Amino acid sequence: MIIHLAMFLGFQLLGEVIARVFMLQLPGPVIGMVLLAALLLARPSLGEKIKDTASHVLSYLSLLYVPAGVGIVQYIDQVSEIGFPLAVALVGSTILAIGAGSLTYKHVNRLLGEADETPL
Amino acid sequence: MSDILDIWSYLAEGQLLWLSATIIAYLIGDWFFRLSGAKPWVNPVLISMVLLSTLLTVTDTSYRTYFEGAQFIHFILGPATVALAVPLWQNWQKVKSAAVPLIAALFVGSMVAMGSAVAIGAAMGLRGDVLLSLVPKSATSPVAIGVSEAIGGLPTLTVALVLITGVIGAVVTTPLNNMLGIRDYRGRGFATGVAAHGIGTARAFQVHGTAGAFAGIGMVLNAILTAIAAPIFVQLFF
Repeated sequence: MIIHLAMFLGFQLLGEVIARVFMLQLPGPVIGMVLLAALLLARPSLGEKIKDTASHVLSYLSLLYVPAGVGIVQYIDQVSEIGFPLAVALVGSTILAIGAGSLTYKHVNRLLGEADETPL
Repeated sequence: MSDILDIWSYLAEGQLLWLSATIIAYLIGDWFFRLSGAKPWVNPVLISMVLLSTLLTVTDTSYRTYFEGAQFIHFILGPATVALAVPLWQNWQKVKSAAVPLIAALFVGSMVAMGSAVAIGAAMGLRGDVLLSLVPKSATSPVAIGVSEAIGGLPTLTVALVLITGVIGAVVTTPLNNMLGIRDYRGRGFATGVAAHGIGTARAFQVHGTAGAFAGIGMVLNAILTAIAAPIFVQLFF
C-alpha cells in the first residue's frame, strides 16, 4: 500500500515539475492524474494492483476538503455582505449547468441515432 | 484551574490539537450523515466545517494556527487527485462508446456553470476576487483551489463555494432531471458530476450505478477542462 501511495506522490511530483518546466496553468496533481491514467491504459496490470489503494484514498475524499473549507471563518464578517449574491449565483448556475448538460447529452445522443439507456 | 489553562494554551498553539479536532469533527459529521440515512442535505463536510469554525471562533483561534495542524490532511488532496486516474481508467470503455454526447455535455455543462455563475454574480453586484472565486466552483476542490489561486480568486472562499455547489447539485439533480424528462442515467449522472463534482457523484451513486459511474467521469473530465478553460475564460471576460 505504501508503494502505491508513493506512486501517487511520484506522479504529483512529476506533474508539478512538468507544470513549472512548461509554465502550464494546470495544478501539478491534475497533470499527474492524466499521466497516471495514460500509463494505466497502456499497462492495465498496474491498475489492478493500485485500484484498491485508490478507492481507499478516494473514500476519504470528503475529509480532505475540511481543512481548506474551514477557511470560510475568515469570511464570516463578510457573509452578510456577499452571502446572498453568492447563494443566488450558486443555486442559479448549478441548476442551469445540470439542466444544460443533461439536455445536451440527450439531444446529441438522439442526433447520432442512439437509443436512451436504462429508462426510468 | 490554571493547570488546565496552561495545558490548553500549550495544546492550542500546537499541531496535534487541530489535527485531532479535524478528524473528530469529520467523524461526528459522518455519524450524522449515516444517522440520517445518507440524505444529501446532511453533508459530513459541511457539518465538520460548521463545528470547527464555531470552535475556532469560540476559542479565539486564528485560521493560520488551525491550519498548522490541519495541513497534514490538506496535503493528501494532491495524491488523492492523482488517484482519480483509477476510476477514469476503470470506466474507459464506457466513456469511449458514448464519447461524442459526453464531450458535448461536458463543454456545455462546464461553460454554463462558469458563465452563468459569473453572470449572475456580477448582476448581483459581486466584483473582483470574490467574483473570480466563483469561476472554478463546479470543479472538484483540489483543482478548484489551484485554479482559484492561478486566476486571482480567494482559494479558501472557492472551497466553500465548491462544497455548497456540490450540496445544491446533489439536492436538485433528481427532481430537475425528472422535470426535464431526461431518462438516460448516463446523461443524468454525467451532467451531475460535471456541475457538482464529488458530492454530486455520491448522490448519483445513491440513485443508480450507471449514473454514479458517469458522474465520476464527469467530475474527472470537468476537473481537467476547468483547469484548462478557466484561465482562458478569465482572460476573455475580465
